[in-house]
Amino acid sequence: MAIFAFFDEVHKRFDGEDVLRGLTLHIRKGEALIILGGSGTGKTVILKHIVGLLSPDKGRVYVNERDITGYDENQLLTVRRKVGFLFQNSALFDSMSVFDNVAYPLREHTRLLESEIEQKVKEKLKLVGLEGTDWMMPDKLSGGMRKRVALARAIILEPEALLYDEPTTGLDPITTRWVNVLMRNLHERLHITSVVVTHNIQSAMSVADRIAFLYRGRIKFVGTPEEIKECGDHIVQEFLKS
Amino acid sequence: MMRWWKQFQQRIFRSVHSIGEVAYLWFDTLRYGFKRPYEFKSLLHQMEEIGVRSLPIVLISSFFVGMVMAIQVAYSEANFAGRVMVGIGVGVAITREFGPLLTALLVGGRISAGMTSVIGSMRVTEQVDAIRLLGASPAKKLVFPRIFAALLMLPLLTAVADFVGVFGGLVVSLVDIKMTFMTYIYQVQRAVSLTDFFGGIFKAVIFGFFIALIGCYNGLKVEGGAEGVGKATTRSVVASSVCVMISDYFLTKLLIIL
Repeated sequence: MAIFAFFDEVHKRFDGEDVLRGLTLHIRKGEALIILGGSGTGKTVILKHIVGLLSPDKGRVYVNERDITGYDENQLLTVRRKVGFLFQNSALFDSMSVFDNVAYPLREHTRLLESEIEQKVKEKLKLVGLEGTDWMMPDKLSGGMRKRVALARAIILEPEALLYDEPTTGLDPITTRWVNVLMRNLHERLHITSVVVTHNIQSAMSVADRIAFLYRGRIKFVGTPEEIKECGDHIVQEFLKS
Repeated sequence: MMRWWKQFQQRIFRSVHSIGEVAYLWFDTLRYGFKRPYEFKSLLHQMEEIGVRSLPIVLISSFFVGMVMAIQVAYSEANFAGRVMVGIGVGVAITREFGPLLTALLVGGRISAGMTSVIGSMRVTEQVDAIRLLGASPAKKLVFPRIFAALLMLPLLTAVADFVGVFGGLVVSLVDIKMTFMTYIYQVQRAVSLTDFFGGIFKAVIFGFFIALIGCYNGLKVEGGAEGVGKATTRSVVASSVCVMISDYFLTKLLIIL
């Protein structure tokens, strides 16, 4: 199976503290990989390395078989255009309406006419279940709605991969389940690679093709949801039972 | 002693590093700012934010500074000479120095704090990262419109401050000193040359540049949530005010030489 991203012995340190300690991980093209782990274990750091928002102190990061470790902002554009990113706090632009937020990547990267942009934006908003909210400002939206707008923005350029940073944090159980279903549906309908970092076991089990368990800066276990349930490692089991 | 020396070295290193980063930010702003899609809407918004919304404080403060200047000149020790020279004193002081300096300090404090807090909040809520990820440069989206709006609006506000300041002096001259309108205007006309006026405008351009660049830089460097935004905002106001004062000395020297 082709590889979307590969972390080769990646080390990352913040304020004198090692967050990633020689992390090695393969992310396959077309799979839904969940990176599971406790808070503050460096899950988001992994995602940010894939899009070059962070670069490793040591080790290499490969995306689509290209070593992006030393890439500058211009070179990273080629990677970022093909990857959608859903931020933990949605990161919607406060000063723009829902419509303008979702249209932003199209205006930045394409020369589409406004009518074409409008059509695409409405299509994506419908896909995430938010028709008729185009004119609303982000501060008038609920947490779940903000996530969905951010998701519509992330998929508007039809990326090859979608990275989700803690997509269900701060959501109620019903909305969490709704977001899980949405993630799985998008993964199947768009035929993309999905990488989700979460500490939510329910999300992991319902969305994942494979689960990677992160512990102390390294991947302790990788396998299917069934395999992780059977895994003999007591740390993994303790986390699952918690 | 060694510890003190080490801390001193670190401080110097950090300052030099920051100056390098500020220069690099300006370089990035020029590199990406003129690329499509152009930021006209954002530029207009910033011009309104910096120019129109700063107008009340510029009007009020420059009017009163003009009045105070007139009183100070009129009631100086050499009373008679002071009264005779009110128009000259007010005109020269306002156009050469107080117009640009006061505008830069008052408006500068307001806009550099505003820029740092807005960009800083965007940074802690990952909006700056989102801009980078969506294929744009924060220098183009956030810094370019703010710096160019400041470059355009600070001189305009300074020109307004000059006229209102001189008008403030006129009001005192008419009401308090009983000078005639024509005498005051004649004195201002004779004393203030176009070189004085445009020298002050030139200063305002440079002040605007420093204020906006410092405000944006500190915003982009924010770390640590709301507390970080607060600290960066304070740092911006202090740094931009100090920068205005220091550059004012050198610009004044330069204008006198030229």
